[in-house]
Amino acid sequence: MPYKIGVYVCHCGTNIAGMVNVEEVADFARGIPGVTLSRTYKFMCSDPGQALLQEDIRKNGLDAVVVAACSPLMHERTFRRAAQEAGLNPFLVQIANIREQCSWVTEGKGAATEKAKALVAAAVRRAREHQPLEMRRVEITPSALVVGGGIAGIQAALDLADAGVQVVLVEREPSIGGHMAMFDKTFPTLDCAACILTPKMVAAGSHPNIKLMTWSEVEEVSGFVGNFKVKIRRKAGYVDHDKCTGCGLCIEKCPYKADSEFEQGLAKRKAIYLPFAQAVPNKPIIDKNACAYLKNGKCRVCVKFCEAAAIDFTQQDRVEEVTVGTIVLATGFQAMDGRRIPELGYGRLPGVYSALEFERLNNAAGPTNGVIQTRDGRAPRSVAILHCTGSRDENHHRYCSRVCCMYALKYAHLLREKLPEARVYNFYIDMRCFGKGYEEFYKRLQEEGVRFVRGKGAQVWGGAEWKAMVPAAAVPEGLEDHQLVVVAEDSLLQQVLHVPVDMVVLTPAFEPRFDAEEVGRRFLVSRGADGFFLEQHPKLAPVSTTNEGVFIAGACQGPKDIPDTVAQGSAAASKALSLITRKEIEIEATTAHVQDELCSGCRTCIGLCPYNAITFDEARKRAAVNDALCKGCGTCVAACPSSAILARHFGDRQIFSEIEGLLSL
Amino acid sequence: MPAATPFLEVADALKEYGAHDLDLCYQCSTCTGSCPWSFVEPLNIRRLIRLAQLGLPGYEGEDLWKCTTCASCQVRCPRGVAIVDLVRSTRAMIGETGLIPQSLRSALGSVKGEGNPWNGKREERNAWTESAGIPRFDPKKHEYLLSACCMPSYDKRSRRIADALWKVLQAGGVRAGVLGPEESCCGEAVRKIGDEGTFTSLGKSNAAAFEKAGVRKVIALSPHCYHTFKNEYAAFGVKVEVHHASEIMQRLIFEGKLKPHKKLDRTVTWHDPCYLGRHNDIFDAPRAVLSALPGVTFREMFRHKKQSLCCGGGGGRMWMETKRGERFSDLRLPEAMAVGASVLATGCPYCVNMFEDSRLGLEREDAIQVRDLAELVAETL
Repeated sequence: MPYKIGVYVCHCGTNIAGMVNVEEVADFARGIPGVTLSRTYKFMCSDPGQALLQEDIRKNGLDAVVVAACSPLMHERTFRRAAQEAGLNPFLVQIANIREQCSWVTEGKGAATEKAKALVAAAVRRAREHQPLEMRRVEITPSALVVGGGIAGIQAALDLADAGVQVVLVEREPSIGGHMAMFDKTFPTLDCAACILTPKMVAAGSHPNIKLMTWSEVEEVSGFVGNFKVKIRRKAGYVDHDKCTGCGLCIEKCPYKADSEFEQGLAKRKAIYLPFAQAVPNKPIIDKNACAYLKNGKCRVCVKFCEAAAIDFTQQDRVEEVTVGTIVLATGFQAMDGRRIPELGYGRLPGVYSALEFERLNNAAGPTNGVIQTRDGRAPRSVAILHCTGSRDENHHRYCSRVCCMYALKYAHLLREKLPEARVYNFYIDMRCFGKGYEEFYKRLQEEGVRFVRGKGAQVWGGAEWKAMVPAAAVPEGLEDHQLVVVAEDSLLQQVLHVPVDMVVLTPAFEPRFDAEEVGRRFLVSRGADGFFLEQHPKLAPVSTTNEGVFIAGACQGPKDIPDTVAQGSAAASKALSLITRKEIEIEATTAHVQDELCSGCRTCIGLCPYNAITFDEARKRAAVNDALCKGCGTCVAACPSSAILARHFGDRQIFSEIEGLLSL
Repeated sequence: MPAATPFLEVADALKEYGAHDLDLCYQCSTCTGSCPWSFVEPLNIRRLIRLAQLGLPGYEGEDLWKCTTCASCQVRCPRGVAIVDLVRSTRAMIGETGLIPQSLRSALGSVKGEGNPWNGKREERNAWTESAGIPRFDPKKHEYLLSACCMPSYDKRSRRIADALWKVLQAGGVRAGVLGPEESCCGEAVRKIGDEGTFTSLGKSNAAAFEKAGVRKVIALSPHCYHTFKNEYAAFGVKVEVHHASEIMQRLIFEGKLKPHKKLDRTVTWHDPCYLGRHNDIFDAPRAVLSALPGVTFREMFRHKKQSLCCGGGGGRMWMETKRGERFSDLRLPEAMAVGASVLATGCPYCVNMFEDSRLGLEREDAIQVRDLAELVAETL
């Protein structure tokens, strides 16, 4: 039991000293049994502050240290490292938080000083019970898994692969490219999305360090930072891609069709198909729900025409296992279903389009070869773009989706460019043009003659419906049955507008993927209230997660535009690389430990462990904690009916001593 | 327009009257664009809220009394603002200064004096229940209190609804009775008009009557009474189970206790009353009942369920004059006919009243019939 304890009371400028009488606290500490010296210092975290502590350890042979300062989240590491450098086991450092939990939140100097004393007394008593613990080191497998082949995942995979890391890039769809592959132009510079994306897709597809697994999904993740074991389901695509030359003859000859997912159902694709022309890999798969042979055993036209004999109807799903050191999750987003706001007519009125539908309609490689026209083939003479479809809305999603204002501007531009005669309206609440060049783009669109109406598009009705619903006086002159009427109040004018248009484009909110909860559980990544994956710290650790070694990038973390997504892809790659470059990593010493002689083998702990760190030793009928996986959360310790599990550094003696200290004043 | 200086004390006072969400509004205009007035002579509810946020004159203007409290705006509000409460609170605050429109004052006077807003005598409240042979509620004999609203007591058209509902309940073996003249108006409209004091005394007196009679379950004929008993009477210590008539009819049919068998051979559409639908999310029960009636072809109108068009009678508008051409009910009948309906069915005596009025204005009065759900069910028995 340590008995030569040094106590250091930090002023933290006036943060602490302004409210707590630090000298009084230091004097008080001197009187606690076991304390051999007690000092105050202006900034303990500064270099001289740390040197003071180190000198005392060396000169006076301190065997434990209590630092009364800010939250351990801020500087526990600092003082542990300082102590270690001076030859003291870092677990013999205890922090008393007299800033966040005392000086900042306590009213009255007297009360704050008394509280600080109690916190110091608690820390000293606890420190007397501390045991030295050793951090352990594990090796890091120099490879990475990137989940999701959108622009975030592609960027992360390329950055890692270029640095010499072996990367497995897993994509659920038949091709990488993600949402960006569907876009025609990108705001605000109006670069062609395909022109800037396809080189990266091709690079990822052909990089010697990237193993591309498309039409595949991660099924199970076990292991821990440095050594994740990942099971990946390679879905049967019925085409042997090793043999396939990508000649495309099978696609040409296939007589069966289905709605194209990539084209948002605005066009058909064959049963054997590439989702789009520039797909990577550029080899088809067979849709088993559309293929006549797989459904009824008849056809085999593709087999007949495939010179490479690559069609393989016997193909089955198979599961591959890989071991990687780190993981980057880049699973992206989905767009909200516009039908959830029936007032806007999506899914009921053919003239109402979702944003992704409009992207395809406008894309030179899309279903109309880039000709903007309504479903009945008319060139729209007027178009209304409605902002905030389900974003900033308590009934749907509280957050702003961050990109809609900008792509709405892009749509307006493309409309003006392709259909110079067309009237274009943007119905908005606030224009959020915060990025580089964004506000300038907004002004450019005003110059191009787009009408901005400050008021949310509240209702959309079909022309025929409108005529049956409202008094004759409220029917705009010349309103045709196939047209649409947008109802909105222009709040600047303070007047309700009835705007007849030929086409309405909605801007549906970004949403977490439908299976984000399941994916989060699989990778032990938590989600925020909005359902997106949660970063470790919103400002200082934006791509890290609470699961060490697992990083997040792109829209799976929250709505973001392409520049931010790419930046996060690179950021996640750099974090993963920094981990791999270290070659080995220290892991938590404050783990749980099962005392064999007390364990009854009831397995209660196993199901409760959030990190899957406890296994059952069948031979000995005892539970065992895997130190490498255990995060020291204490769930098993509290739950064990036999009190057989000990939490290192958080044992009963340590905690009760701390409580006694708190109550000792 | 002259410069104005914010008078935030007014905003603070409004919050004390119940406009708790006032500051949450971010002025997106969804409310004004969703308002049924936007089809005719728009009511700028957003602007009223803005004026109230800054305490500027105009928040208490004429527009305030146009609101029917239909909640079309409220169910869409992206900030979740209880807009109906804002309107009610504003009316309550200025109501204290006596600025309530003249036509509403007469209805309020009647409620205060006779316990109903129809200038009917309290002693005559039970005349129809006596002639229909409906017993007084007795907790030993009856499971439900039938609370039939004030309207059937003093309005012939509404009485036909109540008679039909009684016939249906009897056929379904429901044991129910009514209160005597001690029952008063539920106070829904009174509160929406802004007379909190009278609402409170009505609530207390009805609570005492429920308590004295030993009422545990209530069948409300009107969605307005239903809403008030269910959502607002807890303040008076009332803890009763409340059902709307449509829910009871749905259950009776589902349980096989009611067997509609006579064919109607009519195309029917359903008008969702605001206080049944938007305010209380009852959309399916009446549709389930209609689908169980033999010979009914069901058609939805364009504006249905949460998008239903208000009849124009809520929020005190029953007692106020609306110009021809601006009446929502005038718009509703052509919409029903446009989808091929020969019967516009609904479940609220206010709605029936408004639509019957509009029907008389049609070129051919018999182009469409207006029926309460209970009347249609009764016809099939």
